[in-house]
Amino acid sequence: MRAVRFSVVTAAATVAALTAVTGCAQKSDGKGDGALQVVAKDDSCEVSKKKLPAGHIELAVQNKGSKVTEVYVLFPDDRIVAERENIGPGTKATITAEIKAGSYEVACKPGMKGHGIRQKLEVTGGNAAKRSPEMDKAVADYRTYVQAQADETLPKAKKFTDAVAAGDIEAAKKIYADSRLGWERTEPVAESFGDIDPKVDIREDGLEDGQKWTGWHRLEKALWQDKKLGAEEKALAPVLYKDLLDWQKRVGTADITPTSMANGAKELLDEVATGKVTGEEERYSHTDLIDFKGNVEGAEKSYELLKPIASKNDAALTATLDKRFAELNTLLDKYRKDKSSYEFTSYEKVGKADRKELSDAVNALAEPLSRLAAAVTK
Amino acid sequence: MSDQTQAGESPEKTSSPAPSRRALLGWGGAGLALGAVAAGGAVAAVRTENDAVPAADSGAAVPFHGAHQAGIATAVQDRLHFAAFDVTTKDRAELIALLKEWTRAAERMTAGHAVGDGAYGGLAEAPPDDTGEALGLKPSRLTLTIGFGPSLFAKGRFGLEDKRPEALVDLPKFPGDNLDAARSGGDLCVQACADDPQVAVHAIRNLARIGMGRTAIRWSQLGFGKTSSTTPDAQTPRNMMGFKDGTRNISGTDTAALDKHVWVGPKDDAGWMTGGSYLVARRIRMHIETWDRAPLQEQEDVFGRDKGEGAPVGKAKERDEPFLKAMLPTAHVRLAHPDSNGGATILRRGYSFTDGTDGLGRLDAGLFFLAYQRDVRKAFIPLQRRLAAHDALNEYIQHVGSAHFAVPPGVRDKGDWWGRALFS
Repeated sequence: MRAVRFSVVTAAATVAALTAVTGCAQKSDGKGDGALQVVAKDDSCEVSKKKLPAGHIELAVQNKGSKVTEVYVLFPDDRIVAERENIGPGTKATITAEIKAGSYEVACKPGMKGHGIRQKLEVTGGNAAKRSPEMDKAVADYRTYVQAQADETLPKAKKFTDAVAAGDIEAAKKIYADSRLGWERTEPVAESFGDIDPKVDIREDGLEDGQKWTGWHRLEKALWQDKKLGAEEKALAPVLYKDLLDWQKRVGTADITPTSMANGAKELLDEVATGKVTGEEERYSHTDLIDFKGNVEGAEKSYELLKPIASKNDAALTATLDKRFAELNTLLDKYRKDKSSYEFTSYEKVGKADRKELSDAVNALAEPLSRLAAAVTK
Repeated sequence: MSDQTQAGESPEKTSSPAPSRRALLGWGGAGLALGAVAAGGAVAAVRTENDAVPAADSGAAVPFHGAHQAGIATAVQDRLHFAAFDVTTKDRAELIALLKEWTRAAERMTAGHAVGDGAYGGLAEAPPDDTGEALGLKPSRLTLTIGFGPSLFAKGRFGLEDKRPEALVDLPKFPGDNLDAARSGGDLCVQACADDPQVAVHAIRNLARIGMGRTAIRWSQLGFGKTSSTTPDAQTPRNMMGFKDGTRNISGTDTAALDKHVWVGPKDDAGWMTGGSYLVARRIRMHIETWDRAPLQEQEDVFGRDKGEGAPVGKAKERDEPFLKAMLPTAHVRLAHPDSNGGATILRRGYSFTDGTDGLGRLDAGLFFLAYQRDVRKAFIPLQRRLAAHDALNEYIQHVGSAHFAVPPGVRDKGDWWGRALFS
């Protein structure tokens, strides 16, 4: 757990770009000046205008479909400008927002699931924050990845917390590390939710005075160190699941930019360098190498998405990064028998010299990775 | 002194003998060798053939280019950061690229410049090229000296096995050695000496950073309180045992002695080493607490000199010629003297070290011994054999780290680089 690095979209954080106001649906008839009519059906999302002037806009939404829907105004990288959930069949809703010039999309999500049905929206006039389409694509793809990691984590977390709640130590131990993998892969984004991280991923020594210790590592200690699950631990399991549900729900709203992706990749390696390579992170379960691998995979994902941009600006850097990622992955593979599994050697069995080799390989990658942001923004 | 006052905004600050790194950067931009021009004429731009200009001014820059590497015959600076590196890449071209990058960074840092594009003013989203802790500090006579360890020449690594000098032997085990592998050996070493510890640490830190992915630090040692002098007119410093050490060292201005005992000659076994030297580094732990309990007479007998003046047994002045037979047969000075070793002479540049305490409450302190010579087989090895077998000092010391490096000749100019003759 560290300081917040990605900022979450909140009213305060986005004042410079926009002010999103949702709600007050029933009070509006949806026919105000400049209102954008949105007709949502089960298989379509009709928008009355494709172009709007920048400034205060209003979306008058009618759900003419048979499913509950939600409607979003999105940046090209899928960041949310404004949204409204739970628009029932046959009902109306209004979404208002301050929008600067630029390209946007309106998405209707019948059943409140998936990618949604999209329509383009051009907002003109005023000052536009220009970004290249390839940067938007990188950010949008990373956003999808981050969400998918959270989505895949929840069922595993459920298995883990159910096992703890049932007092099944062996079953809980078995799924523990795997239940953390998605979090570890996207840690800088996950940690941007300053209120969730201290609840789910804090270690005992990170607690502030009076703070109650909850989350994975609290249960890790119970499973491996105390070797018993008492009433308190059993009660903490559903709390962890609930906090992770909160993460899954909110992770899509994180403010992600190409430079935050690049620096986030480096930060993942920093996580390894400070916590995993020393064995501090998983001091009871010694599953540090799984977290390590997850961090590297998450960093590699960011890098792969940014590589088309970075390689144009600094081909020597991307060549070095390709090489260093490969070297680190090869080194990590020494610690697992089967490359398709995440069963790694227990870190207590990794000797001093081998730990130094791992540390050197992390530095070898993290140092050039720290220059990726510059290569992306050139 | 703050950055601000050194930034060139305050003309009245020109009383300082050398400009700040930051000011140099501002005037010169990248690639200009400003050190000498800007330093108020304190030093010459290129060292003379024999590297014999002692930079008396502690703020000045020592020229980097020359026939020999700076940091050997150069008047010994006050502080040391010595680092041994493992080469982690298997790729010869990457190693060469690294040596070139290191050379360019060393040129800049020894002249008092920041590395690359500096420590600030660049992209907000990217870390700066230079780590910045030497901003505003003078060049502080920083010297950076590179060496190549025996392991670099191993078969199947970089194709250097035929270039390994015969003189670059694996040091034998000496009686009493208690060597820690984690403090011994290394493919490369860099000796950073400066009058300001922060300048020396900054230099190693930046070279280590540039090297990541190609090299990794194996071990490093900080040193203070030089324990030998290469300037015979200066007061001989004292070691951690309280004794003057290095009275009879080779002077950095004694061209004849340097050519005879320190610099590798063209007829020695490896041509690429001509103008270079061989470095032995030993971490020598002192049993400080037991030494401090030893009677004065014993302490003086162990060394063969008195503690106050440093005069040899039976003589009045430190620099009086010692009469060896007046000393105990086990006296350190008697055993180490060239006359007891067939004339074998080394150039010492050692430093004291104190790395806190050792967990048993004992001071983890001693001598970080650095010795340069033309051939260890004729100098350090016979000398250390004799000392290890007989020296009374052995009761109070233990050798705990050891390394041997071939130190190539100097970088001649901006087109040259550390190790060019070895790799070309």
